[in-house]
Amino acid sequence: MNKNLKEQVLRSSGVNVLKCMRCGKCSATCPSYDEMEYHPHQFVYMVEKGDIETLMKSESIYKCLTCFACVERCPRGVEPAKVVEAVRLAAVRQQGGNHLEPTDIPALLDEDLPQQAIVTAMRKYAK
Amino acid sequence: METFTYYPGCTLRTKAKDLDAYARASAEALGIKLVEPADWQCCGGAYTTAKDEIATKLSAVRVLNSAKEAGQPLITVCSACHNVIKQTEFDISRDEEMAAKVNNYLGLNEPYVGGTKVYHYLEMLRDVVGFDKLKEKVVNPFTGRKIAAYYGCLLLRPAKALAMDAPENPTIIEDFIRAIGGTPVIYSQRNECCGGYITLEDKAQAQKRSGAVMDSAKDMGAEMVITACPLCLYNLKKNSGSDLPVHYFTELLAEALGLKEASNE
Amino acid sequence: MQRIGVFVCHCGTNIAATVDVKAVAEALGHEPGVVISQDYQYMCSESGQELVKNAIKEQKLTGVVICSCSPRMHENTFRKAAASAGLNPYLVEIANIREQCSWIHKDIATATEKAIILGRTAVAKVHLNTPLNSMESPVVKRALVIGGGIAGIQTALDIAEAGFDVDIVEKQPTIGGKMAQIDKTFPTLDCAACILTPKMVEASQNERITIHSFSEVADVKGFVGNFTVKIKKKARFVDETKCTGCGLCTEKCPMKKVPNEFNMGLDNRSAIYIPFAQAVPKVATIDPNYCMMLKTGKCGVCSKVCSAGAIDYKQQDTFIEQQYGAIVVATGFNPINLDKYDEFAYNQCPDVVTSLELERLMNAAGPNGGTLLRPSDKTHPHTIVFVQCVGSRCDDEKGKPYCSKICCMYTAKHAMLIREKYPDTEVYVFYIDVRTPGKNFDEFYRRAVEQYNVHYIKGMVGKVTPKSDGKIDVQASDLLANEQLHINADMVVLAAAIEPDKTARPLATMLTTQMDTNDFFTEAHPKLRPVESATAGIFLSGACQGPKDIPETVAQASAAAAKAIGLLCKNSITCNPCVAHSDELMCNGCSSCEKVCPYGAITYIDKEFRMPDRTTKVRRVASVNPAVCQGCGACTVACPSGAMDLSGFSNSQIMAEVDAICK
Repeated sequence: MNKNLKEQVLRSSGVNVLKCMRCGKCSATCPSYDEMEYHPHQFVYMVEKGDIETLMKSESIYKCLTCFACVERCPRGVEPAKVVEAVRLAAVRQQGGNHLEPTDIPALLDEDLPQQAIVTAMRKYAK
Repeated sequence: METFTYYPGCTLRTKAKDLDAYARASAEALGIKLVEPADWQCCGGAYTTAKDEIATKLSAVRVLNSAKEAGQPLITVCSACHNVIKQTEFDISRDEEMAAKVNNYLGLNEPYVGGTKVYHYLEMLRDVVGFDKLKEKVVNPFTGRKIAAYYGCLLLRPAKALAMDAPENPTIIEDFIRAIGGTPVIYSQRNECCGGYITLEDKAQAQKRSGAVMDSAKDMGAEMVITACPLCLYNLKKNSGSDLPVHYFTELLAEALGLKEASNE
Repeated sequence: MQRIGVFVCHCGTNIAATVDVKAVAEALGHEPGVVISQDYQYMCSESGQELVKNAIKEQKLTGVVICSCSPRMHENTFRKAAASAGLNPYLVEIANIREQCSWIHKDIATATEKAIILGRTAVAKVHLNTPLNSMESPVVKRALVIGGGIAGIQTALDIAEAGFDVDIVEKQPTIGGKMAQIDKTFPTLDCAACILTPKMVEASQNERITIHSFSEVADVKGFVGNFTVKIKKKARFVDETKCTGCGLCTEKCPMKKVPNEFNMGLDNRSAIYIPFAQAVPKVATIDPNYCMMLKTGKCGVCSKVCSAGAIDYKQQDTFIEQQYGAIVVATGFNPINLDKYDEFAYNQCPDVVTSLELERLMNAAGPNGGTLLRPSDKTHPHTIVFVQCVGSRCDDEKGKPYCSKICCMYTAKHAMLIREKYPDTEVYVFYIDVRTPGKNFDEFYRRAVEQYNVHYIKGMVGKVTPKSDGKIDVQASDLLANEQLHINADMVVLAAAIEPDKTARPLATMLTTQMDTNDFFTEAHPKLRPVESATAGIFLSGACQGPKDIPETVAQASAAAAKAIGLLCKNSITCNPCVAHSDELMCNGCSSCEKVCPYGAITYIDKEFRMPDRTTKVRRVASVNPAVCQGCGACTVACPSGAMDLSGFSNSQIMAEVDAICK
């Protein structure tokens, strides 16, 4: 358990993970569930346990769509998506932690792609 | 004539020119004056919810502040801009620490701590123009057309901040469809994410999600899908594998008002 | 000269752990008029009370201050002790150094200082206390029960059995409530109607019980033993005394497209209707929102076919006024509205139903004659998914914060009944926890799993997608298998949270009873006075006080009846002597007090006064009826001239307390 990382994630997300009653509705409603190694309810529980590094290393942090389905539907108001985002930020803010570099972009473009997709990706995956 | 500060956002200048042109032409016909602020910047496309993210929120605050200085409500069309700006407004008017940090960066004449009324274009149609009044102005009604409203994830959630419509039971686009003479198709995936955000990261997932949305709409008998989001439009068209047409809601609005040809010129 | 005794209680460690009780006793011993100041471990104990009594006698005390727990707890105990030692009980004051001091402070120095101030304040007040004598007030030997569900029926039957008259006010056209809509009951699976309807009939035939159906309480005045209640009998456009309940009118009524409330809107009824076959009273009612005669003046079929001549299109709402000694609230519950939870597609798909709707779908008197068919296409469902905790156990913004208590058991019942009757049906239950504390309850749930093979899955449903082929995609989590499931279902049943009836809130205002933030009535003490409200003479029965199943409701209904009977047995009750009185010479006749009095205790009279010049002058002055006044003190605050004062809490006493705090 990494206490500092846990505190950073809790502070940055503004989420009180202790409100979770472990119903699993976040994972039931998540459209990216099958793409994730760790699922929304596990994010909340692992942050509570302080097991942040495992999450930071997992590809799951890039699979969350930030669609807020879990936030809207959580019966306890836990806001799991904000936890995922805080963990992802903890990862990309590390030195060399960028998941996407501007140089990667040209290869990903097609003629119809709105640039909104690019700014969004940079915002989510890089410092 | 009511005047609004109009924030088009980056994509409406390039890939989503239609969304913009139809919105402007229709607004004028409906007696709404849209004024674009000088020197606006891209909102960033995604709202970073983290409390320790400040820089990524500044451009949205600048827009909110220019509307405040102009003494006008702010209007947006793109779902993403709308989401970012409304979440920013919600947070800055409640989170004093965030407001203090933002204002330290910006050094505005007067600190911005919230207060600008933000409308999505659809809200303007509902709350300022009124769907009944809109209905009276329709010259080319979409009679008999089965149209599916696609809200996606950005327009409704988080409901506390967006406060646009009931997040699980929205009616605003359906009411819009009725106003222009069409028949709304209710399908359960209308408020689920299409996966557009992840199109650069994981094409397969974007394909799967957008496919699920389009299949659900088609399954319930839709002839077309309408959206307010350029990224959704791209993703639903490009990645879903569906043959169902996808349009901007403003395009249908302009057509219903008899302005489509004119605004294309 | 006052001789005051101060007694400081340790309450074990409840007070003594945070307050230096010896220092408090020592400090208060120096207050003016205090002749004895002692501390003791448990002042409320027999020996503690003896200490007080002996001191009163030996020291010839003229006033007593007890520094202990809240006066709500033991004020009465010490007043009785004082009275038995020959001191007027209203010369006793309590300083609350537990709830308002030791329990909320951590630091001993601060808590001790505050305890001393509170004690000093009570001493200052007791200096000005005067002996007060209670009056007696007669008890009307009749009870009112508000709500005619199983709770209200049971309470009324018990009160009538004890020999008292009792009236039931029910807002629906029939008594029976929610239990009448339920098919089978857990954990015995006996038929709800078979055990309820005999009680409904018993209530209607008992000569001591009067049922006011289709009626509402419009106004409540008075106080314990002597309430005056105005009851609104809503126009049903049928003369109750003439209608024989033959039902011909309901058959012939041409307006047949009215959603049937009794079947949860799953089928239709006519505009003139009898809610169900065993309705009590079995009398027709016209629904003015749908009746063509009432809406347009054209039709009149029911009137033509009624051989009893019972139809009366001109009937108006009428009001009756009645005195009661006791009132029992039994307003019950309803399932919540599910608009906020449409991820479960309740508004999008007729085959997504609530559990109460499922009861009707499975009931022999329901829309399908007891065969379980999907509402959409009347086919047999083969896969059914149950979702627990819909709207229960939520944070305040999302729904109800409490557990609705009955859902785990009725869901197990539904699952079991379906598997029993239709063994080819697969049944899934998504649960967060299965809560089955109750006699034979867990055994019942285990039977559903082990004997009936109901699939219990630890997880939650997240999204329900109705499809054009009539199937329903249920997306859910299985937390133990760590996977997301999709079940291709035919029906989805939502265990909606329950909430108090909407009429409860305005009723609580009329009754001046307390409610919690969820609009459940608050009991006088959560453990020791569970069926009494904090307002004397108002008792609580059934789910209006909190979620309850039928056995608990009936137990509480009988308990409420016992409390009401205890009151009705008395010929008179002792009134609180702490009531308001007006100084006629100071009263300027402004009516401010009359306007704020919640009990209607103040009237104005014209009175002759002799003036200094020997003339007489008639002035309008306030007069308080001490039998009606509850001593709330609103009038004393509203009075601009200072004429109104409250015995036991006089203006001068309160100012003395304030001075003592500020000293």
